[in-house]
Amino acid sequence: MENVIYSINGPVVTVKDTSDFSMMEQVYVGHKRLMGEVIGITDARTTIQVYESTTGLKPGEPVEGSGMLLSATLGPGILTNIFDGIERPLNKLLEIDGAFISEGQSLTALDSEKKWETKILKKEGDKVKGGEIFATCPETPLIEHRSMIPPQVNGEVIEAKGDGAYTAFETLLKVKDETGVVHDIALSQKWPIKTPRPIKEREMISIPLITGQRVIDTTFPIAKGGAAAVPGGFGAGKTMLQHQIAKWCDADIIVYVGCGERGNEMTQVLEEFSSLVDPKTGNLLLDRTTLIANTSNMPVAAREASIYTGITLAEYYRDMGYHVAIMADSTSRWAEALREISGRLEEMPAEEGFPAYLPSRIAQFYERAGYVKTLNDTEGSVTIIGAVSPQGGDFSEPVTQNTKRFVRSFWALDKSLAYARHYPAVNWNESYSEYMDDLSDWYYQNIAHDYSKLRSEMVAILHDETELNEIVKLIGADVLPEDQKLTLEIARVVRVGFLQQNAFHPDDTYVPMEKQYKMLKVISYLYAQSKKLVAKHIPVSLIQKTGIFEDLIKIKYDIPNNNIALLDTYFDKIDTALASIE
Amino acid sequence: MAKQILGLSEVNGSLVVYRNVEDVSNEEMVQIALSDGSIRNGRVVQIEGDTVIVQVFEGVLGLSKTNSKTKLLGHPMEIALSKEVLGRTFSGSGRPIDGLGPVYAEKFADINGKPLNPVAREYPKNYISTGISAIDGLNTLIRGQKLPIFSGSGLPHDKLAVQIVRQAQLSGDDADNFAIVFGAMGVKNDVADFFKKSFEETGVMEKVCMFVNLSNDTIIERIVTPHCALTTAEYLAYECGMHVLVILTDMTSYCEALREFSSSKGEIPGRKGYPGYLYSDLATIYERAGIIKGGKGSVTQIPILTMPNDDITNPVPDLTGYITEGQIVLDRSMHLNGIYPPISPLSSLSRLMKDGIGEGYTRKDHQDVANQLFASYAKVVDARSLASVIGEDELSDTDKRYIEFGKLFESVFIGQGFSAKRSVNETLNLGWALLSTLPKSELDRLDGELIKANYDPEHARHTIELALKGE
Repeated sequence: MENVIYSINGPVVTVKDTSDFSMMEQVYVGHKRLMGEVIGITDARTTIQVYESTTGLKPGEPVEGSGMLLSATLGPGILTNIFDGIERPLNKLLEIDGAFISEGQSLTALDSEKKWETKILKKEGDKVKGGEIFATCPETPLIEHRSMIPPQVNGEVIEAKGDGAYTAFETLLKVKDETGVVHDIALSQKWPIKTPRPIKEREMISIPLITGQRVIDTTFPIAKGGAAAVPGGFGAGKTMLQHQIAKWCDADIIVYVGCGERGNEMTQVLEEFSSLVDPKTGNLLLDRTTLIANTSNMPVAAREASIYTGITLAEYYRDMGYHVAIMADSTSRWAEALREISGRLEEMPAEEGFPAYLPSRIAQFYERAGYVKTLNDTEGSVTIIGAVSPQGGDFSEPVTQNTKRFVRSFWALDKSLAYARHYPAVNWNESYSEYMDDLSDWYYQNIAHDYSKLRSEMVAILHDETELNEIVKLIGADVLPEDQKLTLEIARVVRVGFLQQNAFHPDDTYVPMEKQYKMLKVISYLYAQSKKLVAKHIPVSLIQKTGIFEDLIKIKYDIPNNNIALLDTYFDKIDTALASIE
Repeated sequence: MAKQILGLSEVNGSLVVYRNVEDVSNEEMVQIALSDGSIRNGRVVQIEGDTVIVQVFEGVLGLSKTNSKTKLLGHPMEIALSKEVLGRTFSGSGRPIDGLGPVYAEKFADINGKPLNPVAREYPKNYISTGISAIDGLNTLIRGQKLPIFSGSGLPHDKLAVQIVRQAQLSGDDADNFAIVFGAMGVKNDVADFFKKSFEETGVMEKVCMFVNLSNDTIIERIVTPHCALTTAEYLAYECGMHVLVILTDMTSYCEALREFSSSKGEIPGRKGYPGYLYSDLATIYERAGIIKGGKGSVTQIPILTMPNDDITNPVPDLTGYITEGQIVLDRSMHLNGIYPPISPLSSLSRLMKDGIGEGYTRKDHQDVANQLFASYAKVVDARSLASVIGEDELSDTDKRYIEFGKLFESVFIGQGFSAKRSVNETLNLGWALLSTLPKSELDRLDGELIKANYDPEHARHTIELALKGE
């Protein structure tokens, strides 16, 4: 019997009296064959969420199962590409469908015509295991694509092609497993997006993800394989910070998910990344990037899927032995999509109308981050950086609170800092990073022995300033004792000269670790030397007059990244300036 | 093709339920003919087997279970489009109400539109000179942007919108190619009249297409008003190649209409009773701004919303701020101090500004001057809060300079008045003049070269006086 639509309510349709579908199965709905997914099965009804607009759909139209879970296609051609939430290539859609996206376009994610210069690493008679790399091809000038045997396949190669140019879908190997079943293996494979890809084992986190942003790298670092959340009201600079990290962090691959955000922002990422050159490799930033754009006006169910599609792509490249960073902007929109669908299903809501399973869904997502040993014994990592858009900028709302439990770096963006144009507007009192201890060994060996000490000193100064400001608010700064005035002044240098960073300045947009360290060192030296003067009853106002504080604030602009050694002259500068007072 | 249904089964709020209806499609339009000869329009919102729920645009007053015949029209809600719509006035659902008869349609378009492929978008970069310093200098409006005005009841948001229209439309070579689509949702009659009168005085009326849903019109019609307005705007922009400015007021009434409709459908409410899908719904409105690659026209949106109780964390301004590319926030205390336009410098923001200003667009030093003005004004706020505790006399000299700067900044730079129009050059020069009233060492966002070239306390006084007289 053919299955037909019974009811329609926004993006949710139901089918009556059927037992043909399985949970999370991908289905095609109506004559237009809209993409959908089974999200509920009861005795009487099967509920389906539709990833496209349901306008014009009628009860009685057919619903057809695909026998597969909703899956992503993984293979060469993902990088430099831009997809929607269910991995349809937007460039291709533009070609066949014009500027506006209409329904019922089912397209393969990857170009089925394009041929890749492939090197085959396995030959007839070889034993292969799931996850093993059997072929490589240059996907972009920067990234070698390593095609793997699908994780569930183990057996013996009974037929293999030689090196040559192949499309992503041609059969290159035939593998016969123990039960005698023959698997056709191509450069690409499919994987259900809601299932994490298997790994051999998780490893300890020990290496930072260097982003070139001082407030992150030095103050609240994130590790490769870690997870961070960036909560902030609108206009606080979440997207800007995500862009900066995507541009400059030292991951091999970037997956950028625009989940329910602005269309123009995705255009901006696409334009900027196609023109910006990675200073470390000299290649275009786009060569290591893939974009998933499900903007806020695209169907809400596909928004829910976009986060899973993104993390599946990230895991796929991790399995090749790459370090992948995924930016999810914004996870709140994803949570809202869950709420919207849940509302249509008339489920019992928990907090603020969100479904009761919100925390477990958030946890499942962030737990897909990690530093791992892959099935082919290489090391790879997935680092998740998720933006959170709390309603009304209030961090006590459910999405922020639940996210906080599952991430270890928390970069709280502050509206009042953003209003004062202090960017990145990361509030140093509310933010934290639990990775500091895991990473201290790395800093000790790779940056400097006293790096962690300098960092703690800086955090302490900022903390003191916060407390002193409470007093200043009551009685004014003039009546403070001189040593406290000095603390305030140094804290200003730290805030304006170190934490604040100008994303539009060619040198300041990305700052290497060495420069970050030396800047800290110089500021700390000034603090120590001025303290000595203050102890001799020299007022802070005299030190201010030498202009040395302003000089230090401008280090970020005055010292180019390619001549960090110039920073060493500042120690003398400080000595001379301070000596001029005595 | 068209089937008739006799009578109906249930009336609930503005929703009508029919049973035993077959072959009906989601969001299909229906026409309800009452026995007294009047005709009402409705739209299918939910289908459950052979039960169909329809929302009625003109309200359910006078409907009984037996006195109507309903016709299924077989297509979703469409609106007639042609270049002729300019100069015309329509009801919220697109029915002509100016007595000039129906529009001769070039084409009919589904009012829901379709999402614009992000790859097809052109990133907006050309600024619109509005002649208002607080906007041009600090929150530059870019063609293709969506920049809402967050206001409160009693604040001069309508006046500001009119000033933008009057001063912006003359700039550029595209002056002829300019159109305004005005969507009024649940506004008072006087507000609609004020806009109409202002458009006439400015002489742009033949370039304006108005969709008017007054506060006593039905909420169902209000829900489709912005969609009708934007479908028209998209047609004018993308098919006729015009630069279209869309003014939507008041978005808060729209959201309240949506809330009312949602609760009559018995949906689970989210925050403050608004439906959980308010964000997605607003996005389908605001995201319909932009420029298509290779196309000539553009859609720029200035939605106006009143923040209930001046609360910016209310779901309506909050969700709007997450979707739009910045916001112009009007400040009540500035308004009470007689400053017009009372644009709050710190909470206003234009996200697209950074790429549409600077060399080749406005002026090289634009971003730096704006940053410094923001940073300095932030210190004014600190100084003021300190002064409110310890008194102005006890402030340090620097803080006193800031208080002085703050007064000038608000009265001269921001409070330029309704009739003044400043070029970007004048705005930036005035910015430098104001910064020159501060000690040089306080200008920490500017590099030395710029300060050397422009910091001039002597000349500053003169420039400021001129600006004061200009008003």
